[in-house]
Amino acid sequence: MVKLAIEHLTKRYWRGAREVLALSDVCLSVEDGEFLAIVGPSGCGKTTMLNIVAGLLPYEQGVVSIDGQCVQGPGIDRAVVFQHSSLLPWRTIAGNVRYGMELQKRFNKERMLERTEYFIKLVGLAGFERHYPSELSGGMQQRVNLARALAADPKVLLMDEPFAALDAQTREFMQAELLKIWAQAQKTVMFITHQINEAIYLADRVVVMSARPGRVKDVFRIPFGRPRTLHLKRDPQFLEIEDAIWQLVEEKPERIGMVV
Amino acid sequence: MVEQELAAPEAGTEEQAARPRQNFYQRHESFLLGGSAVVITLAVWQAFWSAGKISPLFFSGPSAIAARFWDSLLHGQLLSDLEYSGANYAIGLVLAIFTGIVLGVIVGWYRRVEMILGPFLTALYATPRLAMMPLIIIWFGIEMKSKVFIVFLSAVFPVLINTIGGIRAIDRDLLRAARAFCASDWQIFTTLAIPGSVPYILTGIRQGVSLGLIGVVVGEMFGGSKGIGYIVNYGGQTFATDTVFMGVLIIAFAGIALTAVTERLERHFSRWRPER
Repeated sequence: MVKLAIEHLTKRYWRGAREVLALSDVCLSVEDGEFLAIVGPSGCGKTTMLNIVAGLLPYEQGVVSIDGQCVQGPGIDRAVVFQHSSLLPWRTIAGNVRYGMELQKRFNKERMLERTEYFIKLVGLAGFERHYPSELSGGMQQRVNLARALAADPKVLLMDEPFAALDAQTREFMQAELLKIWAQAQKTVMFITHQINEAIYLADRVVVMSARPGRVKDVFRIPFGRPRTLHLKRDPQFLEIEDAIWQLVEEKPERIGMVV
Repeated sequence: MVEQELAAPEAGTEEQAARPRQNFYQRHESFLLGGSAVVITLAVWQAFWSAGKISPLFFSGPSAIAARFWDSLLHGQLLSDLEYSGANYAIGLVLAIFTGIVLGVIVGWYRRVEMILGPFLTALYATPRLAMMPLIIIWFGIEMKSKVFIVFLSAVFPVLINTIGGIRAIDRDLLRAARAFCASDWQIFTTLAIPGSVPYILTGIRQGVSLGLIGVVVGEMFGGSKGIGYIVNYGGQTFATDTVFMGVLIIAFAGIALTAVTERLERHFSRWRPER
């Protein structure tokens, strides 16, 4: 069953006097419960696409729909995990996890308290409820960000390069953690990244996009079962897929590997 | 895998605890050095004064100032002068803080209000408000009302300008996150704009507290016959240097105490900030 459908999505915007074609006739769909990753060089419009799906950007051409409902603006059926943790610095961890639910007003007080506690535990931050974000490492802040999104109980979880700002080691830990959490939370995920091996490791399918204008180049079905361990990244078949995606991506490797 | 990462902060605190204990001097170095400097300065000053090397016409000595202080306190009007100045200052400051925050929030939140009031605020902010003292005396007379008003006028602008800046300075990432969670304008106002502007407002209050102090002193120098500003002015006109020094020192102590209180307040409201 298709959860999220993007059909013939085209997005233009103006940069000064120049019109830029950010997305050109993008078509893709995410199945219910599927983990879909989107990779592409910087400037391929993948973040623009996520912002449109999140309802943060308007679009003029094409259709974006969740469960057949056309997306117009932000909604309680979606939640976003941003690249920067975007936590309220004056709120404690518990206060931040509650924040999304508070804004959406879907749950009563008791339910919010329960869910806050549950999701803090789920992301492995039990005991840190009363800490402030500035007291946490980057990896822990992204856990809070994830807990905040999951606590709002979205149908689709949108993740915008959530681990891009982390160091390589923390990043690997977080990828493995995300898979564990995802297995428990049972959510449909659209995950944006510019790291190809991150996409293959996490996703059921990987969508490869090209730059200027952004469009879908190819879609790879990842054949590995779950649960997956980090050893998978050294599996010959894994490396083969990684190679194939590398060759599809037009930009030079140095540019793509760059952390934006 | 998780454990490794989570263990990091605890390791940090252990390291701190393991730091070698400091002795008495190391723990109080700043206070001891500063305190000794003040004591030595006073001693040297007193020595010159006692030796008659300082003309009381132009300067004064610690013992003379202290004597003047006791005398004014016990037999003179000093207490009622302090009360008068304190009341002028407190009323003016409270009005300024209240007005500054309320107006600042409105101006900061509604762009059109800012566009309309902007030129007036900029002009008034750029003008030294004390230059308006003669006008204020024409409006309010030389009694309390004019002193309260000049304190208000001195203190209100830093509070106002900082509050506007704070309401404006909503973090873009936070705004995007709030919008993604379907936040209404009102929710953005209450959960982002207001809490985010607290540090700015406190900075404004700290500036307002010291500018208000200047306001009350200068205000009392213009007309009237009461208050700490009047004492300093009158002392100067009658070559009573000990009285002038007494007034100046009282104002200095008031300034130090008020700054300490506002800094304490700022610390209390910024517990969530990373320690520097």
